[in-house]
Amino acid sequence: MINESRRGFMGKAFGAVAAVGAVASLVAMKKSWDPLPSVMAAGFTTVDLSKFTGNKLEIVKWQGKPIFILKMAADMPAVEKRSVKVGDSYYSVMIGLCTHLGCIPAYRDTTKDFKCACHGGEFTAAGVHSFGPPPRPLDIPPFTIKDGNTIVLGEAGAEYKALIASLSTDINIA
Amino acid sequence: MAEFEKANSIGEWFDQRLNVKAFTKVMMTEYWIPKEINFLWAMGALLVMLFKLLIITGIFLLMYYKPDVNMAFDSVNYTIMQEVGYGWLFRNIHGVGASVVFLIIYIHMFTAIYYGSYKKGREMIWLSGMLLFVLFSAEGFSGYMLPWGQMSYWAAYVITEIFGGIPFIGGDLVIWIRGNFYVADATLTRFFMLHVLLIPVVLIGAIAFHFYTLRFPHVNNEEGEFFDYKKESEKYLAGDKANSKVIAFWPDFLSKDFMVIAIFMVFFFYLVFYNNGFAMDPVNFDKADGMKTPAHIYPEWYFLWSYEVLRGFFFEIGGVSGKDLGLMAFGFAQGIFLVLPWLDRSPMVKPANQRPVFKYWFWLLMADLFVLTIFGKLPPTGINAYVGFFASTTFLGLFISLPFLTTIESKIVGGK
Amino acid sequence: MFALYVGLAVAILLIVLNIVLSKLSFVPKEARILSIIVVLVGYIYWGFEPFAHHEMHPHVEDASYAFDGKQDIEALEHAGKDATEAKAFWATIAKIAEHKGNAVAGKELVAANCTACHSMTSEGFPQLMSDADAAASYGVTPPDLSIAGRVYDRNYLIAFISNPVKAMHIEHKYPVGGDKVFPMPSSDFMQPQEIADMVAYLSDAASKVSAPKVKEGATEFEISKAVNKEVFETACVRCHAMNYAGIQAKTTAEAMSKYIGATPPDLSQYIRSRGDDYLHNFINDPQRKLAGTGMPRVGLNEKAESQVVEYMTQIGDSKKDEREALGPKVLIYLTILAIFALLWKQKIWRDLH
Repeated sequence: MINESRRGFMGKAFGAVAAVGAVASLVAMKKSWDPLPSVMAAGFTTVDLSKFTGNKLEIVKWQGKPIFILKMAADMPAVEKRSVKVGDSYYSVMIGLCTHLGCIPAYRDTTKDFKCACHGGEFTAAGVHSFGPPPRPLDIPPFTIKDGNTIVLGEAGAEYKALIASLSTDINIA
Repeated sequence: MAEFEKANSIGEWFDQRLNVKAFTKVMMTEYWIPKEINFLWAMGALLVMLFKLLIITGIFLLMYYKPDVNMAFDSVNYTIMQEVGYGWLFRNIHGVGASVVFLIIYIHMFTAIYYGSYKKGREMIWLSGMLLFVLFSAEGFSGYMLPWGQMSYWAAYVITEIFGGIPFIGGDLVIWIRGNFYVADATLTRFFMLHVLLIPVVLIGAIAFHFYTLRFPHVNNEEGEFFDYKKESEKYLAGDKANSKVIAFWPDFLSKDFMVIAIFMVFFFYLVFYNNGFAMDPVNFDKADGMKTPAHIYPEWYFLWSYEVLRGFFFEIGGVSGKDLGLMAFGFAQGIFLVLPWLDRSPMVKPANQRPVFKYWFWLLMADLFVLTIFGKLPPTGINAYVGFFASTTFLGLFISLPFLTTIESKIVGGK
Repeated sequence: MFALYVGLAVAILLIVLNIVLSKLSFVPKEARILSIIVVLVGYIYWGFEPFAHHEMHPHVEDASYAFDGKQDIEALEHAGKDATEAKAFWATIAKIAEHKGNAVAGKELVAANCTACHSMTSEGFPQLMSDADAAASYGVTPPDLSIAGRVYDRNYLIAFISNPVKAMHIEHKYPVGGDKVFPMPSSDFMQPQEIADMVAYLSDAASKVSAPKVKEGATEFEISKAVNKEVFETACVRCHAMNYAGIQAKTTAEAMSKYIGATPPDLSQYIRSRGDDYLHNFINDPQRKLAGTGMPRVGLNEKAESQVVEYMTQIGDSKKDEREALGPKVLIYLTILAIFALLWKQKIWRDLH
């Protein structure tokens, strides 16, 4: 003899157990969409700055984009809201894509500026647009400074957040 | 189970097993549609036709398409467009069909708004229709990525980036959706799966559901008239078709639908052969390049109005950044059409032009959507940015004011 | 400002249209509805297609095949720059062009001055280095001159021999006194008659080159493709690839990147991505469409340029002819189908009214 309430309880219990299974499978499905370990590993690029020399541009690849890291030489002034201090030196850390049409500008160490070959845009050593069509300075990738002389691209550290906070809001959503 | 008699014909054989005759009556010959309708009532059948065309052409494209970042572009633009027999035709139909389907969806949708076909028992028709709109949008967006041209890439980049604006989880969510930090191979393959399997399957289910929602409240008519379907259908069955207010779904209603479809197909295939640039953007014939942004990034025309709402807010208001305001407005624009049946507080079910207040609201909304669409494609500089801002705030204002306006209307017409 | 008026015009038009049509009771209702929809759809189409393109891609002056420097000078003056030098240069070119060239004398001059770097296989001057070695030594692989006299405009060739950088309109890449020097030296020290002779010889030699070989039984399409391909290879392939035709650029991407600071694109789909009109204007003078670009003005005459664009169509939109042939048939069939649908509908609905 099974009374009504007992049957109702068993029905609910069955539903609850089934729900647990459904939720558990959702976790597996969510995980299958996560970036793969190989992708995650490529998401952070660690750069040792100790070998850098002033006024010589180094380009590293991070998340499919070229990243410019330029150590300021003694005669190159640090620029407020743009330059990053690592150790005793200042650096420009920027995504090396022209903000006009995404070409990769070249660094000219004689004039200490960037020149975009595509449409003649120019940027200062700190990445601020100084001539031609680019609408805004070169973008800054998220980075953090570790162990005094190492920079990790892809992780938003305190220095990066300070730089971004100081920028005015931009109409571009991309 | 009752024992089956030996069937005297093939028809009877099937009828014994599937009850074909009764089924046909319920679904076709005695499924009643109001007679007082115009060709706008054929948009549903036209959408079914376009959806079929998309599925059939999609199947043929699927046989040669390669969802891989290194092969996708050439598999479409070389293999399908230059080599496969009539591959170019299937692709053109698919591309133009995907664009035109939205034109018809919008006509269908604004017909419903104009005639008030979303209230007094027809709320589920509206809701399931809006669900279809969302699904078609997702289908369109995921499909646009597949040719892996510059617009595919950058539209995918910009649209996925929008999710980054969601508080707290935004950044991680974008990476999760893409399966990478940027739009990459993982993104392409998962959107391929969505486009050819998951969304179409859900779409087919949603279309069936949309039909089902029409069953009990019945299709609206040109005058918003409510009448006794039982009485009218009896009149029809008794042979007095001319005086009945209803017609049968088959053959009456569908014969008109087929006529509209056939005439529309002349126009459609004209686009397929001679004017397909609007649906297949020239920029998308440049292969995707994450290192090179196109001069202008814009979505397909049917997303332009909501894209313009997104970027219409470009300055800070009360400490909230323009970007966040834009995102909020965008979210509002996506969701607000869904609750339209509850925003319209007037009990009137009439064509908009017969409604004393709503008619102004309707045509203002149309004009605003036009401005948003046209300016949504232009670069947001100078005066364009302000037009965008003005049109976006007008859009928000229109929907916020709708409950108040329709309450006034309700009083004017005396609650009827 | 114009854009704002458009926005306002839309609103006004919608209102007026709506009012007018609702008053016209003699027009059948369905026709009224259809006309509203057609106008609205037409308007929105105009807005996001022709109007948007017009706003985003401003019109430039049409291609000019005179190669007399007129447009260069106008552009300089328009930008408020000093055009004296350009005027003097093109005046000199016009003077040289007045000389009637002597092909026989030209042959000796070409042999003495050009063939150390340039091949001219049709006349028995072979390529001395491989493409890769040539690119390494000169920066870019020098072109073969066999059909140069047919492909390039006469005026342009005179200007080019006199001063390649000016003729190519790439002074911004090779400024006078800059650290980069264009690989081919200017020959403005030569006598006008000598330059005219060389150009006469190039033209004479080109006219002797027989049409490219095609396999027996080739269709008209294949023959025209082969002819166009020859022009395309001379005019474009030193820098650009055409992957869908299996054509690789003669100069490697790496060398090109050093040479002009960018990698020239594969042209397979350029007929679709840029379109006829853009290509004609761009090839005629790239600077006018895309100021600052590394691509030089190559000086194709009108015929050669149209052959290049036709070749790009034959490769990039190879089913164009099939599409254009099928289109009318499908439309005629659908019209007939629509008529039958209309008749059937009328038959069914006769009972309903």
